[in-house]
Amino acid sequence: MRKISAEKIIAVISRLCIQSNCQINEDLITSLKHARGKEQGRARMVLASILKNIKIAQREKLPVCQDTGMAIVFLEIGDKLKIDLGEFLSLSALVQEGVRRGYQSGYLRKSIVEPLSRVNTEDNTPAIIREKIVAGNRLKIKLLIKGFGAENMAKTSMLRPDAGEAGIKRFTLDSVKKAGSHPCPPMVIGIGIGGTMQKAVSLAEEALLEPVKSKRAYFRGCPGLKSKIKRLEEELLREINQLNIGPAGLGGETTALSVKIKTFPTHIAGLPVAVNISCWANRHQEIIL
Amino acid sequence: MKTKRIFAPLTSEGIKKLETGDEVLLSGIIYTARDAAHQRMTKNLKKLPFDLKGQIIYYTGPTPPSPGKIIGSCGPTTSYRMDPYTPSLLKLGLKGTIGKGERSQEVKEAIKRYSAVYFIAFGGCGALYSQFIKKTTLIAYLDLGCESILKLEVEDFPLLVGIDACGRDIYQQQKT
Repeated sequence: MRKISAEKIIAVISRLCIQSNCQINEDLITSLKHARGKEQGRARMVLASILKNIKIAQREKLPVCQDTGMAIVFLEIGDKLKIDLGEFLSLSALVQEGVRRGYQSGYLRKSIVEPLSRVNTEDNTPAIIREKIVAGNRLKIKLLIKGFGAENMAKTSMLRPDAGEAGIKRFTLDSVKKAGSHPCPPMVIGIGIGGTMQKAVSLAEEALLEPVKSKRAYFRGCPGLKSKIKRLEEELLREINQLNIGPAGLGGETTALSVKIKTFPTHIAGLPVAVNISCWANRHQEIIL
Repeated sequence: MKTKRIFAPLTSEGIKKLETGDEVLLSGIIYTARDAAHQRMTKNLKKLPFDLKGQIIYYTGPTPPSPGKIIGSCGPTTSYRMDPYTPSLLKLGLKGTIGKGERSQEVKEAIKRYSAVYFIAFGGCGALYSQFIKKTTLIAYLDLGCESILKLEVEDFPLLVGIDACGRDIYQQQKT
């Protein structure tokens, strides 16, 4: 059985925390540059500032945004992999140690508080951990940094089973309109459709991990669903970009850079939908060990 | 459009010259305060950590400085969460706020009533804005960590006028 050490996992997660916060993925940069080329006036000025900010962050080794977020760690654990926990009691304790070290050594902001007392945990833990067991002997770690200016704009709704695509579109457009200038547009939007409320919300979050230009869509069951999802994504992106919210909410054609949808079968009585919004700085990294 | 140079603390004459949509470069002293600091300040308005007269509050909670740096990343946070607290601070002489996103009707009216101004900075550009900060001093609420109040010395900090003293709103203008 393949073995992997606790120290290795901690070091990798710590590094992912710093990397995700200080550098933006190429697919997103390309999309931002493309948008800057299309826009004029204030919209162009905002996008130019964003691109300049990305360069400065990289050069100065600074976080792209002062909101270094709440960390969400997705683990795909191979069933033939043995994790040597060392002094740690669980895999989750080990992940938290990685996040703790990353936020401390990377001079990242500690933004996590107890929800009622509002007392800060001082090290940005706990991170949210989502794990699944998969076949194989590898460990895939994905890290998503969620800033709360955008997270506060996320919405979910239990639509009627007959609401259909029209209902999903209406709810999505309404959520984006309500978010308006607040979540640092241009937004990256993840939509989860189906399952239970919890499942739809999870799918919406996972959709944010998709590359901006990917043609991949998560589907299950009936044929043709993949192309249906792709079409719905494109239609929604077009309609969202007609809302004239624009970069920084100052108007323009670029309200969203990307819309990604993930679906899961649901119950005959319902149609859960979740819309997760990320700011333009949709920060995520992944690694396979 | 010509960029206007302005200085903080603000004067009434200076504010009158600012119009919604103006690009400005701000130099001088500003103070950081976000959610928790606003809650605490407005709990006892008689015992504020600094004199608000003519001052500007920047809605931000920067990342810690790495060795040799003045400050970490320092961009604006979403302003609407401060809306319930802003009118009472404007009443006491606060003249400017810096943040991102739309403000409530109550804040807009208070800005007009007390002849103040709301500046906007671009969200997610904290690395960029940190370059214009020359000095920081921790002045209050140390226990709030990243939400403590810092006094910042800024030079040519680039901003847009979001709501001017006449109450004109940049976000409304782009909608119509």
